[in-house]
Amino acid sequence: MRLAYYPGCTLKTNAKSFEISAIASAKVLGVELVELTRWNCCGTVHALAKDDVMHYIAPIRNLIRVEEMRDEGIVDENILVTLCEMCFNTLKRANTEVLKDGEKMRKVRENMEERDPAYRGEVEIKHFLEVVKDIGWNNISNLVIKKLKGLRIIPYYGCLLLRPRGLGIDDPDNPTILESLIKSLGGESVEIPFKSKCCGSYHTVHMEQVASELSHRILSQAAEAEADLIMLTCPLCSYNLGDRQEEIKKSFKGLRTIPVVYFTQLMALAFNLPAESTGFSENKPDPTVILKNKDLL
Amino acid sequence: MNGKDEKFITIYIMGKKHMVPANLTIMKAMEYAGHQFRRGAGCRGGFCGACSTIYRTKGSYKLQVALACQKIVEDGMIVTQIPFSPADKKRYDIDRLKPEANTFLEYYPEISRCLACNTCTKACPQDIMVMDYVQAALRGDVKEAARLSFDCIGCGLCAVRCPAEIVPYNIGQLARRLYSKHVVGPASHVLNRVKEVNEGKFDEEINKLKNMPKEELQNLYNSRDIKV
Ligand code: SF4
Ligand code: SF4
Ligand code: FES
Repeated sequence: MRLAYYPGCTLKTNAKSFEISAIASAKVLGVELVELTRWNCCGTVHALAKDDVMHYIAPIRNLIRVEEMRDEGIVDENILVTLCEMCFNTLKRANTEVLKDGEKMRKVRENMEERDPAYRGEVEIKHFLEVVKDIGWNNISNLVIKKLKGLRIIPYYGCLLLRPRGLGIDDPDNPTILESLIKSLGGESVEIPFKSKCCGSYHTVHMEQVASELSHRILSQAAEAEADLIMLTCPLCSYNLGDRQEEIKKSFKGLRTIPVVYFTQLMALAFNLPAESTGFSENKPDPTVILKNKDLL
Repeated sequence: MNGKDEKFITIYIMGKKHMVPANLTIMKAMEYAGHQFRRGAGCRGGFCGACSTIYRTKGSYKLQVALACQKIVEDGMIVTQIPFSPADKKRYDIDRLKPEANTFLEYYPEISRCLACNTCTKACPQDIMVMDYVQAALRGDVKEAARLSFDCIGCGLCAVRCPAEIVPYNIGQLARRLYSKHVVGPASHVLNRVKEVNEGKFDEEINKLKNMPKEELQNLYNSRDIKV
């Protein structure tokens, strides 16, 4: 029996006896080890390398900008605030990794070879919700001019805001931050079991049906709970649950339309900011009808 | 510098060893060594982007880039020119395009592969923040992409270095076109001048120049008053 044989570089250099003896004994067994006619490194250099440095370069470069701006006095703190869950997760993960592992930090620096100064590791990544929380729910309440009275709102977390534990901004099993915000704005927070289940995320690009199914579970729970709106924090969730809702309704007949808004839009509404600051004209489905019904617009 | 003090160094032009004066630019050193430029040289002043050059120095694995007309030779330098960077330049009707992210993605979808590695920026002899303008285009900030890429001379060095095979200078050019066409709009002084030209305001003067004897024309040229 002839079997294709992959030697690898060590067998050709430091372990010749291993190869020779193997080929010879195989012969006794009736096996001919036929060396691949063309072969290359098995890839261990990359597989064994713990450094996934490339993942960190883009995010860390942004953190260098924060330190620069702080040094120049353009901002007051070495804090970077972000809104999108995905960005939050990526930036915070990279930051946590390089701070935890000095070797990783060194490698990132080495690989960047910038003329710019290296990252000092002084930046803290915060989701805007954390900034809001730090300001204090009572203080937020005091700023509310138009209470979101009678508005039944689903606090939808999605996945990346809470996970993994330690990186996320709240307890992944029992988050309360969005509920607290809704309460501070005078709205009514409505629970659904799937409030921190995945919306389908990037499956929406290649496997629309998967995303539709996952999003449908969330939307149908929201409808059953007789919610007026879903409030969320992530543009991709917003796309899957909102922009694609018409499409989802085609596969799942009878699903009620339920508008999807960002938490910041409801803040702007409650702070009685003008239409150009609430930006409801961009939302799909249109949330203004329900808001008008509740005398909020 | 007189001949005696002149210091000579060794460089390797396409692998061939040459002794050249230490104070020459790569371009002059190549000419000193007997090369004649038919491509790869233009303005000789760092403006045209024709003289893109890549090199390594002794003891370093780093591939470096320069404009041959600007960079002074170094001892042990191994150099060659890249007089042309192959790129598929898309045809588009600028009037119909919208100044937004999707326009860049439609014509140059590969920009979404940008890793933010900054290799392009490090390659740019114009010290342009190349990555930043590619990234600005990617997020539809046409104004910023146009502003940051303004000094691009199209030398192509960023494009030959980009691991994502993006051709940044095409992105910059599209950004500047979109910006001037759709964001800034036509400049009234140019429109006025075109109108004046069409109305024949300068015909008499041009005819005078056309029919002027060569010597007189030369004198006029040499004594011209340049307003900066
Ligand atoms: S941006 Fe690219 S093409 Fe333009 S000058 Fe810099 S390296 Fe050359
Ligand atoms: S070299 Fe290419 S991939 Fe790297 S930052 Fe520049 S455009 Fe992006
Ligand atoms: S010859 Fe024009 S830039 Fe060098």
